[in-house]
Amino acid sequence: MSEVSLVVNGRRVGGTVEDRTLLVHFLREHVGLTGTHVGCDTSQCGACVVHVDGKAVKSCTMLAAQASGSTVVTIEGLADGAELHPVQAAFKEHHGLQCGFCTPGMIMTATDMIRRHPEGLDEATVREELEGNICRCTGYHNIVKAILAASKTMARSKGKAASKAKKAA
Amino acid sequence: MYQVNYHRASSVAEAAKLAKSGDAQFLSGGMTLIPAMKARLAAPSDLVDLAHIAELKGIKVSGKTVTIGAATTHFEVANDEKLKKVAPAVAHLAGLIGDPAVRHRGTIGGSISNNDPAADYPAALLALGATIATNKREIAADKFFKGLFETALKDGEIVTSITFTAPAKAAYEKFRNPASRYAMTGVFVAKGKDGVRVAVTGAGDDGVFRSKEIETALTKKFDASALDGLQLSPADLMSDMHASAEYRAHLIVVMAKRAVSAANA
Ligand SMILES: Cc1cc2nc3c(=O)[nH]c(=O)nc-3n(C[C@H](O)[C@H](O)[C@H](O)COP(=O)(O)OP(=O)(O)OC[C@H]3O[C@@H](n4cnc5c(N)ncnc54)[C@H](O)[C@@H]3O)c2cc1C
Ligand code: FES
Ligand code: FES
Repeated sequence: MSEVSLVVNGRRVGGTVEDRTLLVHFLREHVGLTGTHVGCDTSQCGACVVHVDGKAVKSCTMLAAQASGSTVVTIEGLADGAELHPVQAAFKEHHGLQCGFCTPGMIMTATDMIRRHPEGLDEATVREELEGNICRCTGYHNIVKAILAASKTMARSKGKAASKAKKAA
Repeated sequence: MYQVNYHRASSVAEAAKLAKSGDAQFLSGGMTLIPAMKARLAAPSDLVDLAHIAELKGIKVSGKTVTIGAATTHFEVANDEKLKKVAPAVAHLAGLIGDPAVRHRGTIGGSISNNDPAADYPAALLALGATIATNKREIAADKFFKGLFETALKDGEIVTSITFTAPAKAAYEKFRNPASRYAMTGVFVAKGKDGVRVAVTGAGDDGVFRSKEIETALTKKFDASALDGLQLSPADLMSDMHASAEYRAHLIVVMAKRAVSAANA
């Protein structure tokens, strides 16, 4: 057994778990955050993607014990109260989901992708970056559309915040 | 997954000591070992986590000499600015491995210790004539890769870093398996202090190998046209549900041509 302690969506959580406990099972069963899904046994589908210390990882391919000491963000940690995160809002607006099973992983992958490409995204890059996320429903078109739209909205609001800060100074 | 005991090492010496417990295995990025344990294809009694050992991490470039710590992730290799300047082919190769989430965790040390016959890094190390340092000794890449999932590593031996001299010209071309995205055939071509070296992954029946035919042709003329009409024997190549040995024999030449053109560009 291992003592694990991590910060999940800003809250410190911990406990004693079997060493073989996967991070995804720790999140779902010990912390009660069931937004993170398990879609495969082979580390290929990406339904389980969360951010560990600021990077998108497959939580089905990491032990809770490996993540001990880390800061984790899950799909439940993105919205600001009742206000959806821009990527969540874009998925809603552009019909980026049908059954919704892949969506938490898609959105966590998308937020990581947008953060790593401050210069902006194009369609080919988005499709390449979605390599590790599988969707059985949408055919990906609207997912790609949603991510491109969110990346633009986020760049705009960043630009606005920056010019506000400049004016204030 | 079967029960396992997890240990986190904070130094190479501690990891070596911990590895003596039961039937232990090292855990680096876990991108190969954890899926194998989930499928019950691997069942170590103990896991010794190397990912928190500072001395195993990072990329050093001094002049033409590049040293990459074993626990450096694919993501770090793909995005290192100094490496991109002296050996862009290696950074490019790391960026082709798996997907972004796999690259955030998977490491070079884990990849070469595993020596999957379709893995990308073994081709680079063999073509670059790299040296693999362990906690016990230094091993030339030519002696390190021994066959399917086999290396020169002894029980409990830890890869600590990989060193190579940046080549004058190099490129890696990978024909991805459309489903798994592993190399169905990948060719790394390098022209450096030891002349032209060409390594092929994803195609050999016995894992990564050097193609003497292609090396000889490219030594005469380092240009794609030097490979026109070259036919490789399918005898020692892999046949599986994805492609026959004959198909791979052809693909090696096609990928080698593309790699030389990219290296010359
Ligand atoms: C979806 C997916 C797609 C992938 N696609 C590709 C691909 O396209 N190309 C490719 O090359 N790979 C691919 N991989 C594999 C990936 O690159 C792994 O990261 C790599 O093979 C293993 O590295 P790791 O750090 O994750 O090692 P681990 O899984 O932690 O370990 C692998 C093995 O190496 C041993 N080991 C680890 N570190 C050391 C060390 N320092 N010294 C001695 N032994 C050690 C372990 O004991 C274990 O036996 C993919 C993996 C996944 C899940
Ligand atoms: S559940 Fe993690 S990749 Fe499929
Ligand atoms: S919306 Fe159903 S799997 Fe993607």
